[in-house]
Amino acid sequence: MMRTVHVDVITENIKEMCVEANHFLSTDMKCALDKAACAEESPLGKQILGQLQENLEIAGSDMIPICQDTGMAVIFMEIGQDVHFEGGLLEDAINEGVRRGYVEGYLRKSVVSDPLIRENTKDNTPAIIHYEMVPGENVKITVAPKGFGSENMSRVFMLKPSDGIEGVKNAVLTAVRDAGPNACPPMVVGVGIGGTFEKCALMAKKALTRPVNENSAIPYIKEMEQELLEKVNCLGIGPGGLGGTTTALAVNINTYPTHIAGLPVAINICCHVNRHAVRTI
Amino acid sequence: MDRYIKAPLNKEEAISLRAGDYVYITGTIYTARDAAHKRMYETLERGGSLPMDMENNIIYYMGPSPAREGRPIGSAGPTTSSRMDKYAPSLLDLGLKGMIGKGKRTESVKEAIVRNGAVYFAAVGGAGALLSRSIKSSEVIAYDDLGTEAIRKLEVENFPVIVVIDSLGNNLYETAIKDYCR
Repeated sequence: MMRTVHVDVITENIKEMCVEANHFLSTDMKCALDKAACAEESPLGKQILGQLQENLEIAGSDMIPICQDTGMAVIFMEIGQDVHFEGGLLEDAINEGVRRGYVEGYLRKSVVSDPLIRENTKDNTPAIIHYEMVPGENVKITVAPKGFGSENMSRVFMLKPSDGIEGVKNAVLTAVRDAGPNACPPMVVGVGIGGTFEKCALMAKKALTRPVNENSAIPYIKEMEQELLEKVNCLGIGPGGLGGTTTALAVNINTYPTHIAGLPVAINICCHVNRHAVRTI
Repeated sequence: MDRYIKAPLNKEEAISLRAGDYVYITGTIYTARDAAHKRMYETLERGGSLPMDMENNIIYYMGPSPAREGRPIGSAGPTTSSRMDKYAPSLLDLGLKGMIGKGKRTESVKEAIVRNGAVYFAAVGGAGALLSRSIKSSEVIAYDDLGTEAIRKLEVENFPVIVVIDSLGNNLYETAIKDYCR
């Protein structure tokens, strides 16, 4: 059975999701911030976390974006293979949704049309779109606007198999230490291990969309996530990078098979405004 | 220590601030980020004059989201300062007294801060909705074509910042981390 979806439905949903993601954080992120505000040992760090909580309230009540960097729109499309789209090109429909969301929703236009000539496109398009074919007849859309203060601090390491699990842990700690105050801590750390050069980066990005209170289903990866979170929080960077015991709210790791010669590791850093809106159509 | 200061910032006040002070700024400040800095720098290289006087002024590294009707500005938090490091020493040498941003600075920016008796403040990154409440008016005064990156003149009231690098060269990012590093 084929299910037909008109691309206008995609446009409308993406428009709403861009606005939603930039004004309301998901419940897991809010809870993690609340928990951190209670546990933080530095008085200044506690004060900053309190301001971040207040900031979230103001954003929602006054409809003013949580952060002025409303990001480049990263969109994950998980498309059931029994879905047929009609009414136009899917990619155009997605970008039209982003355009309307950012223009009508008072969001900042932060995209330049060419990386070197750098002229603003004035509507925040194009989006970064990742398509995945899945079983079934649904379309799952994740809109994850990504700010570049933290994106700029992200890293890919092509480790050797002999570097092993210790090499991976060192890579994560190095990336977080180097990011420091630039990445607007407390951060969420997305990690991709395995695959190829580009696969590990994509896994790291997708790891940021996993709820921060959920660990990996793989027991030894879950242990590594917990251990790394503890180690990251011992770095002392703290809220705003001004010292403290809350440097990250979560370390989320995704893995994939890789080549006999390689151990690729990507670390995608996100600030405390780890935004994502999810809908299934 | 909590401090309440006026902007523009006079020299005595600037050199009296210490890393770690929590400061509330009231008065006039200017926004400029990547593209505006590049343009100002190129203007100076050509021997031209800047759109505003640097003497005693404070620059806020910030590009706001658009304002809704009836509001002075949209979300308005700091951007990462390090991208302005290439340009900051020239502006400090022209009399710029303060910079508001977030994140680390290079050694040459620190030296220019010390040389000129200036100060580097951090505002809380990712708190743009909260910070916008301390901005009472906003007016584009130059480089309108740069959109969010245009130079804006802001009137602020008790705008909250923290001194990170003071005129003695103390750096809160370096000292504070040591207290909680285990």
